[in-house]
Amino acid sequence: MSDLLHVDGLTKAYPGVVANDAVSFSVAEGEVHALLGENGAGKSTLVKMIYGLVKPDRGTMTLRGEAYAPSEPRVARSSGVAMVFQHFSLFEALSVAENITLGMEDPPRPRALSHRIREVSHAYGLPLDPDRLVGELSAGERQRVEIIRCLLQDPKLLIMDEPTSVLTPQEVDILFTTLRKLSAEGTAILYISHKLEEIRSLCEAATILRLGKVVATCVPKEKSARELAEMMVGQTLHQPKAAGTQPGETVLTIESLTLPSETPFGTSLQNVSLELRRGEILGIGGVAGNGQDELLAALSGERLVPSDAILFGTAEIGATGPTERRRMGILSAPEERLGHAAAPDMSLTENGVLTATVRRGLANRGFVNWAKAKDFAEEVIRDFDVRTPGPGNAARSLSGGNLQKFVIGREVLQQPEVLVVNQPTWGVDASAAADIRQSLMDLAAQGAGVIVISQDLDELMEVADRFCALNGGRLTASRPTQGLTVDQIGLMLGGAHDMETAHV
Amino acid sequence: MIRLEKRPSPSRAWTLATPVLAVVLTMIAGGILFAILGTNPFEAIRTIFWDPLFHEQFASFSRPQLLVKAGPLILIAIGLSMGFRAGIWNIGAEGQYIMGAIAGAAAGLAFHPSESALIYPLMVIAGALGGWAWAIIPAFLRTQFRTNEILVSLLLVYVAENILASAAVGWLRNPEGSGFPGSRNLAQWSSSANPELISGTGMHWGVVAAFIAVIFGYIVMSRHLLGFQIQLAGQAPRAARFAGVNPNRLIVLCLGISGGLAGLAGLFEVTGPAGQISIDFGSGYGFTAIIVAFLGRLHPVGILLAGLLMALTYIGGELAQFMLGLPAAAIQAFQGMLLFFLLGVDVLSNYRIRIGKTGVA
Repeated sequence: MSDLLHVDGLTKAYPGVVANDAVSFSVAEGEVHALLGENGAGKSTLVKMIYGLVKPDRGTMTLRGEAYAPSEPRVARSSGVAMVFQHFSLFEALSVAENITLGMEDPPRPRALSHRIREVSHAYGLPLDPDRLVGELSAGERQRVEIIRCLLQDPKLLIMDEPTSVLTPQEVDILFTTLRKLSAEGTAILYISHKLEEIRSLCEAATILRLGKVVATCVPKEKSARELAEMMVGQTLHQPKAAGTQPGETVLTIESLTLPSETPFGTSLQNVSLELRRGEILGIGGVAGNGQDELLAALSGERLVPSDAILFGTAEIGATGPTERRRMGILSAPEERLGHAAAPDMSLTENGVLTATVRRGLANRGFVNWAKAKDFAEEVIRDFDVRTPGPGNAARSLSGGNLQKFVIGREVLQQPEVLVVNQPTWGVDASAAADIRQSLMDLAAQGAGVIVISQDLDELMEVADRFCALNGGRLTASRPTQGLTVDQIGLMLGGAHDMETAHV
Repeated sequence: MIRLEKRPSPSRAWTLATPVLAVVLTMIAGGILFAILGTNPFEAIRTIFWDPLFHEQFASFSRPQLLVKAGPLILIAIGLSMGFRAGIWNIGAEGQYIMGAIAGAAAGLAFHPSESALIYPLMVIAGALGGWAWAIIPAFLRTQFRTNEILVSLLLVYVAENILASAAVGWLRNPEGSGFPGSRNLAQWSSSANPELISGTGMHWGVVAAFIAVIFGYIVMSRHLLGFQIQLAGQAPRAARFAGVNPNRLIVLCLGISGGLAGLAGLFEVTGPAGQISIDFGSGYGFTAIIVAFLGRLHPVGILLAGLLMALTYIGGELAQFMLGLPAAAIQAFQGMLLFFLLGVDVLSNYRIRIGKTGVA
């Protein structure tokens, strides 16, 4: 196979950090090529340079032997490079066809476009109704909109940034079938993920980045997941292990909680009940947008509910606000790091004050003790290996994984009685994720009750004692994780939407 | 090719340096403007920035005016800045200023001609309450009915102006004033007078209150949890809710504080420099204070400096019209340039400028 894209010596420096340092690699025509690396290793910067969003400081790229230097994504698209982002850029109130029109240079007439969408989506096994509102679609279906939008441009190279993080196992299978078909037709795919098993089953070649440099290239099928992970982090992985303590008395109860959604495209919680005991981790699976955010808001106290709907021990706390719940020891960490769990423009010290004021005594009669707050932030940074120059840096200057470590560490170090976390390791590299999981298990072993809401089933199987699933705002009954199979879990999750594989 | 690149964290050095840079740029651009108009630019700049304070003939008159004009601007702007930081937009400080003056004057005049020492403190409290009450109306409507506080507070300015007119010609009119509109002169009644405390400085109780407000504002914003919650609510409303900040409580507090301070400014003005409730008592301090708040980067110390600078350009501008015959429009354009440059160069504290070729590959 000949090289489609060749990258030579690409370098990009940001203030204080070299994101990419003389990165070179090649993608062959029709190859599925993995880009592997820890958070902050420079994967995103690299693909942004290929897609024309960021301009390199040094280095050259060639596409099919010709010099390639996209000044903006439009140029990249016209050269045959397309990208599906981790975060979707879709308008919920518009239809699928309208959303696709918005991303096109000169869109065809609506009827012709609808026809094309149907045609392409069926050809690749990603059925999609062009007239449906995006707001009504599941995360997996929204991703299809993004993929179809790219495919309509007939790309030579398709870049996918962590595409499976929002999909059910069945949806992942469908996606992989589609990607293999694309690859067989000659479209190269640059695939970014931190899920090593996926890369091993899908990709033909891998380039591994660490701290902005290429440290290895390999054929992933010939390596074990553990070897890949070790190349990525440059150290031996620490595998968390369930401590296997006996669960204690009930610490948190939800009784038939119904909570209408605040926004038209949110999910209402319907008759949710659960019971959490001391010393256990309850895993709640489900595809994003099935009520996870609403459940967390009800538990953190951001949304108040009838007081007898949530019990802490025997105390009714449904109508108690976030500060009072923290005083009792009920802490939480929302999924959205920037803007919800942390204030982007505030320093880490200030972000420590955000939740730890009550339990760590950071304020005295309403006056913040900034020295103590700084000590607390430094403690989190040290204990959770947050990579940042210091607690005075703004939250948005941290990479996603490092900020997540800070957010989780901030809650864990407050020694909660109950900790509720949503997507604790989303977008976090393997070694940091292992550390975070270990800290959650340690917390449970010390007698706290922990609820982990996650879409990553491997993660839930690894840490949780019991498993239940959120689907359309309803929570299934819980089952012990011991002996659960992936298929059983898939059924609990409510299965994939419009399951169908590609017509190869 | 010049590009802007977002800094990972705002630059502290530039945050401090941009106002100075802006003043220098204004002097250059303003100098060119004055030169085109045929006036010696150096003389014009000196007249605006230097003469009000140091001119041997006029300074004795204009220097005290600096504090007289800056005092109410600073006092109002400090209150507004807290709300603005929280994303609560009180645009109606002018109305709260007027209502504070009316409430305070009415409370005092009810006891005329008593000589009790308690009258002035009573008027101060009534003034603050008058402004507070006027600001609580938009707060109540917003928390109860989700009305927009920008519109409500702004429209209440016009209601206040009409109440002012009715007070000046009707129920607060001086009974011994031979039918002319306007209340009794509060500055000339010893119980209600707000005199110049140190002769030749322009310092009166309102200026003292403004300095206290700066210190109070600084402590609240940098040390107190309330200040932290205000900033959090403004920067990341969702994070604020997660942190347990009650948005409604913050709205009532911020509007209440800014209204109370505006009311105080009105009271000190009506008992001192203005002297009486008159139809044209509202002189735009409440609106200018919005500019002062933003010029000062919503920071108490910045507001102190911005209030003084604003007052200086007003006084110096008048002086330049009078001494050099510059048209009023040129002075306004000059003041506009100052605002333009101050807000324009602010981009440097959050972004860095990269100059260089774009194509790399």
